[in-house]
Amino acid sequence: MPWGADFRRPAGAAALARGIREMKLPPVKLMEVCGTHTMAIAKSGLRSLLPPGVELLSGPGCPVCVTPSGVIDALMELSGRPGVTLCTYGDLLRVPGSDPSDSLNRRKALGADVRWVYSPMDALEFAAQHPERQVVFAGVGFETTAPGTALTVLEAQRRGTENFSMLCLLKRTEPALRALLAREGCAVGGFLCPGHVAAITGSEAFRFLPEEYGLGAVVAGFETGDLLSAVYTLLDMVRRGESALINEYTRTVSPQGNPAAQAVMEQVLQPCGDVWRGLGEIPESGFALREEFAPFDASKRFGFAPLTGQEPKGCRCGEIICGECRAQDCPLFGTRCRPEHPVGPCMVSSEGACAAAWRYQDLL
Amino acid sequence: MTEEIITLDYGSGGGKTAELIEELFLPAFHNDTLNRLGDGAVVNLSGALAFSTDSFVVSPLFFPGGDIGKLAVCGTVNDLAMCGAEPKVLSLSLLIEEGFPVEQLRRVAASIAAAAEEAGVEIVTGDTKVVERGKGDGLYVNTSGIGTVIYPGLSPDKITPGDAVILSGTMGDHGATVMMAREGLAENSPLRSDCRPLHRLAKAALDCGGVRVLRDPTRGGVATTLNEFTQNRPFSMELEEEALPVAPAVQAACDLLGLDALYCANEGKLLAVVAKERSSAVLEALRHTPGGEDSALIGQVTQRAPGKVLYHTALGGCRVLARLAGAQLPRIC
Repeated sequence: MPWGADFRRPAGAAALARGIREMKLPPVKLMEVCGTHTMAIAKSGLRSLLPPGVELLSGPGCPVCVTPSGVIDALMELSGRPGVTLCTYGDLLRVPGSDPSDSLNRRKALGADVRWVYSPMDALEFAAQHPERQVVFAGVGFETTAPGTALTVLEAQRRGTENFSMLCLLKRTEPALRALLAREGCAVGGFLCPGHVAAITGSEAFRFLPEEYGLGAVVAGFETGDLLSAVYTLLDMVRRGESALINEYTRTVSPQGNPAAQAVMEQVLQPCGDVWRGLGEIPESGFALREEFAPFDASKRFGFAPLTGQEPKGCRCGEIICGECRAQDCPLFGTRCRPEHPVGPCMVSSEGACAAAWRYQDLL
Repeated sequence: MTEEIITLDYGSGGGKTAELIEELFLPAFHNDTLNRLGDGAVVNLSGALAFSTDSFVVSPLFFPGGDIGKLAVCGTVNDLAMCGAEPKVLSLSLLIEEGFPVEQLRRVAASIAAAAEEAGVEIVTGDTKVVERGKGDGLYVNTSGIGTVIYPGLSPDKITPGDAVILSGTMGDHGATVMMAREGLAENSPLRSDCRPLHRLAKAALDCGGVRVLRDPTRGGVATTLNEFTQNRPFSMELEEEALPVAPAVQAACDLLGLDALYCANEGKLLAVVAKERSSAVLEALRHTPGGEDSALIGQVTQRAPGKVLYHTALGGCRVLARLAGAQLPRIC
């Protein structure tokens, strides 16, 4: 059997899909938190199989999309300083700053030394090979990428790689979900929880959703079979009016998560306030490097100004993410904000709510 | 040539340039037209001609299944074949970075010669420039080519609802191989670039009749080429996920790197849009031609959503297969 086929083309998929399509349900909005879930759902065509009245909302879980334009501005400025090499993940390069026509990709074309890497360790290796450069890794991501990012800082410290530093832009899932649910008018009726975040934190990290908010939560994997099964389970919970935490990604996720990864995060990172594109400032929603790692903290080494007030004017992504309004209700939709020139996070991601609405508008 | 590396002297136009041409290129490509070493080539061709040019900047220069030389020949040969032409002659320009190993240049030249022979084309004129160290990425190659048009009138404007969409084999092999090679992960894998001349496959399809248009889905992959067909035209194309051939190693590489095989480059596949009544014949002909064994009917032309490419997933869902806004960038997680 080819690799992954058992998850991708599972036996019984057709029956599950039919079960979902034929389920009798009140109108409900479910949220997939993770950006990779959003992509996988789009690729599988799952949305087109949902019964009428059931909507899947794309939550604030695409790390690139929720990175505020002010951070991009700061990264662009940093990349232009003499001697600086800025390393980051590929999909951050295209995200616009506060000037929608400007991005790291454009700065790279204009001569800034911007490189994309698959891993922060690649940036550390580059720093070791180029002692004459100040190599900065812009570390975006959630709990999934946090351990690798933290480990790289430890490794830089161990090796004494002085020309390496980290701009810690990591975000935390739970405070963002709580902030979302605290919004007046938030219409989310259940969650597909991010499987890879849960692999680190443990599925128990999402226990607060049923216990404190009375919402169903299913920890889901990323293959077609995983998604089908998770959506079915979640809808079935909604149908029965129940709320529970169910881990359906047991081949990867344990209740307590990965203790080694958690220990590394605990050693290197501490929670801090952070700003989210579309959602604004959320207390304790980011990770910063602990004080003892200050020598590797790019925000200290290069004197980053604290980030506030970078929300694009008129952007309603916050409301769209929460299901409070539709993409088409945003005044920027299709005018200032388009896939080629995205303003808000839901247009930045090719499968974000606004990008999808734009693409499908004349089909629906 | 006694030196091991190319120096600026080899691009001077003087004795060293002559040495490079006479000792390295002429023995590899020798033919009557080239051997004359005129300022240009004089060739005898008649009828409608197809003319195409392409530049090659691939990194790494050598990858499993090919190298920049083979790619440069196949790229232009394939563009001509997609015009319904029989490729005849090529020009070859090399931009070499100072310090480039002569041994590698010999390998590229040998590869160009082999690919040209397979494609039945002659290299009839060429040029060599050497740029300073740091001003090129080792080696850039440009080829231009002329072919005689055998099957005139191919055009996406001829596409009609009801037509069949046929792909001559698995998707994304070249793109996935090169991306993995860049990460140093291709060598011990079954990944191979599909780089090959398509003139025989094109002829096999065209001889069946009913072919509206041919295109080789290189940069941007199958999804991009199909979007080029449908854009601003009064029809849609509907693909079946289950019907799309992808090699398991390519799928695994795409999963690992965060790419989508539908958007990965191919260098040895053609897409044919064919009148429905000839589609079985074309499919059979392709499958019986070397390089076309895995040909598949991947979708059809409809009127459901003019201008768009629709994709029916294995689950029974449907989505729009969009054009990429820019280069395919790997996702973070």
